[in-house]
Amino acid sequence: MTLFNPTRCQALLALLMLVFSLAAHSDPQPAPQPWLDALDTLKQGSMPEREKAIMQLADIKDAHNLAILQALLDSKLFITKTDARLVIGTDNHQGFDLSDAVSGASLGAVGHDALTKINLTNKMRGTLRKIIGELELSADDPKVRLAAVKAMAKEADEKAISLLRERAGQEQDEAVREAIKVALLLQDMDSEDKAVRIMAIEGLKAYDSQEAANRLNAMLEKDENGEYSEPDADVRNLAKASLTNINNRLQLYGSIETIFFGLSLGAVLVLSAIGLAITFGVMGVINMAHGELMMLGAYTTYVIQQLMPNYLGVSVIIAIPAAFVISALAGIAIERGIIRFLYGRPLETLLATFGVSLILQQSVRSIFSPLNRSVATPEWMSGSWQINDFLSLTWNRFYILVFCLLVFVLLLQILKRTSLGLEVRAVAQNRKMAKAMGIPTARVDAMTFGLGSGIAGVAGVALSQITNVGPNLGQAYIVDSFMVVVFGGVGNLLGTLVAGFSLGIANKFLEPFAGAVLAKILVLVFIILFIQKRPRGLFPQKGRAADS
Amino acid sequence: MKLLTLATQDKTCATVLMVLAAVTFIIPLCNLLTPADSPLHFSAYTVSLVGKYLTFALLGMSLDLVWGYCGILALGHGAFFALGGYAMGMYLMRQIGTRGVYGDPLLPDFMVFLNWKELPWYWFGFDNFGFAMLMVVLAPGALAFVFGWLAFRSRVTGVYLSIITQALTYALLLAFFRNEMGFGGNNGLTDFKDILGFNIQSENVRSVLFFLSGLALIIAFLLCRWITNTKLGRVVTAIRDQESRVRFLGYRVEMFKLWIFVFAAMLAGVAGALYVPQVGIINPSEFTPLNSLEIVVWVAMGGRGTLYGAIIGAVVVNFSKTVLTGLMPDAWLFILGGLFVVITVLLPDGIVGLMRRNIRSKQA
Repeated sequence: MTLFNPTRCQALLALLMLVFSLAAHSDPQPAPQPWLDALDTLKQGSMPEREKAIMQLADIKDAHNLAILQALLDSKLFITKTDARLVIGTDNHQGFDLSDAVSGASLGAVGHDALTKINLTNKMRGTLRKIIGELELSADDPKVRLAAVKAMAKEADEKAISLLRERAGQEQDEAVREAIKVALLLQDMDSEDKAVRIMAIEGLKAYDSQEAANRLNAMLEKDENGEYSEPDADVRNLAKASLTNINNRLQLYGSIETIFFGLSLGAVLVLSAIGLAITFGVMGVINMAHGELMMLGAYTTYVIQQLMPNYLGVSVIIAIPAAFVISALAGIAIERGIIRFLYGRPLETLLATFGVSLILQQSVRSIFSPLNRSVATPEWMSGSWQINDFLSLTWNRFYILVFCLLVFVLLLQILKRTSLGLEVRAVAQNRKMAKAMGIPTARVDAMTFGLGSGIAGVAGVALSQITNVGPNLGQAYIVDSFMVVVFGGVGNLLGTLVAGFSLGIANKFLEPFAGAVLAKILVLVFIILFIQKRPRGLFPQKGRAADS
Repeated sequence: MKLLTLATQDKTCATVLMVLAAVTFIIPLCNLLTPADSPLHFSAYTVSLVGKYLTFALLGMSLDLVWGYCGILALGHGAFFALGGYAMGMYLMRQIGTRGVYGDPLLPDFMVFLNWKELPWYWFGFDNFGFAMLMVVLAPGALAFVFGWLAFRSRVTGVYLSIITQALTYALLLAFFRNEMGFGGNNGLTDFKDILGFNIQSENVRSVLFFLSGLALIIAFLLCRWITNTKLGRVVTAIRDQESRVRFLGYRVEMFKLWIFVFAAMLAGVAGALYVPQVGIINPSEFTPLNSLEIVVWVAMGGRGTLYGAIIGAVVVNFSKTVLTGLMPDAWLFILGGLFVVITVLLPDGIVGLMRRNIRSKQA
């Protein structure tokens, strides 16, 4: 985790690009005369004049113009009362933050009554919507085009359809082309011609479109007179078949989504349990303060974000090594200060570390207040990956899943390839023999505990991205993470991974039937029963190590 | 008589018993016989506070039986206490009758609020005091029996057992938080009016409840003392020290463990039932794992494996909790946490161990 970490560089690059694009936006552009004239007319009070102005603006295709029209539609375009300037105002609860409509320059904030809104008729709104759609349809950004196509598909008229057809020929982007195809097919569903309708229904079968599903459903419904909205029985049957087709896929996507949610929950469980698996499995030490070490990691993220509020994207990346170091140091302190006096007395260790957890909780409560602190999610982690109408995966959960696997692999490599790992495994297998071979067991214990605790800190960074950071953060996960370790089999990292993911998925599959709380209870009860059947977990240790 | 001779063999034990008896008889008597402005009269607050300590002492002692004598560190003992409390709470709820906010003769307020039409089946019978008292011991006992039977038979021991007992109370916590369970959700059961026809708020009833708590503690103490001195008790202690050896000697270890575990759970249930009318509320927070861990601290603090140590520990820790949370609310968790650490590292035998060491060094 050096300064020149590739992920960090990427985040920096993204940040630079963002700043650059903002700068480009506020740059005053040379404004063409017809445009300025049209904007002037827009300020006129009379409705026909305004309508004319809007039509004039429709012919000018640039992004800035689009922003003005959008503001007009959203009732964000105003005229200042003092100098009759056309401005875009964003409500900030006390008043408006203004920017000049023509130049885009920021004009500071004013009160609510310093502006006159430009009023519109409903008809004008309709026209505006279409104009915006058209402008967006030819925008440079494929995402904007895609959104425009989807909006047009919902309330398409003759003109929109012809625009879409026109666009279909020249569209380069695959996704936009498909969206246009769906929009046109949807349009065909209203056709008088039975053959066209059948073609449309057949064609729609293959697309994952919410709108298509809705329309097909509507076709099969009866109105209040008991008549089908679709008169032809053949078409209805076809529609039914197409709908089943779409619904089948819908179910599949539902399952994929549930599995994804389960995996991401599992990733959180694995992250929180894996550090525990080391200290518990390798050293036989129950660390009840493990959750609080995670909490320390989460608070580290919070503090780093407070220190560098302008670099959110980078702060999370920096927080990872920082949290590792802080939690690891805390862990080593606990081991040297308390646990080493209690080796061979696991129940006492459990109690003492529980005491430590209370102290840590209360310290955090005293330092940071008992209220939850919110940790911001950086831009590159927010939002979701929209695969199609039915399936979207949130980025933060996706990253946590990836992060969990990375941490896991890293940890395995440390245990397998480094000399520390070798010593740790030796001590875990046979402490006395390892000592006789000259391994400094006391030092290895401290390092192992530090490693496990550090990973807890890293897990805390991940947690800070999906839950509130508060003094009770650790408590919420401690029981779960113990369950994962015990279920997977103590002393077996792979078991922890399998257990974490399977518990996560099981939980998410139960949730729709049982509700979140009951699902959790069921999983807990299942584990309690499972432990009765296989007291040593899914993957029990074999050989001599199992006896101790 | 044999019980008493057993109890008086050990000096500390006899002292504790005498103090207990004195407290049990004097406080209620003072309250019943003296007028409210007399210096011998204890305030209602003090009576219910000390009464609460007595129920905690009973709870601590029941844990000492499983942990101190049988070596099972149960981190879910609070669940049995809470179950007993809920059984009592359900009886008290049914006694409210039409005096609730909604005035429904049958349904408690929260059920009316949830728009329930009839009483769930598991609420039937709780208007009968005898049945409710039976459930106070049977509900925790049954849970302990099922759980213990499964766990001990499959030889789940040590930290594994500790963790799954913790999971048990955590699962119950989640369950009782659910409104659909029919136990009042996170508000729990409260607003009690009567117990056996007497106003639960009145001073006399409080004194009687206090007396009963003390009496229950004394009886339970003598009973536990007796159990630990029978053959069963000795086998149990042997299990704590060398489980496999006892098994190889031909004893059915799991049965002994189960017996003691169920008995302790029932005692905890009684403690819960005495606790609820004195504090006037029972809610799911009694199930939190932290509560169960606090019980462990009482026992560790007092000195485990002595029974009276648990009583001393429960009273000392709870008394300091009352005082300290009043004086400096933020410091309590620091102190509780510190106690955990200091006791386990420096004072493995607790206060009783410390006293014994002092006596021994004086004698030497």
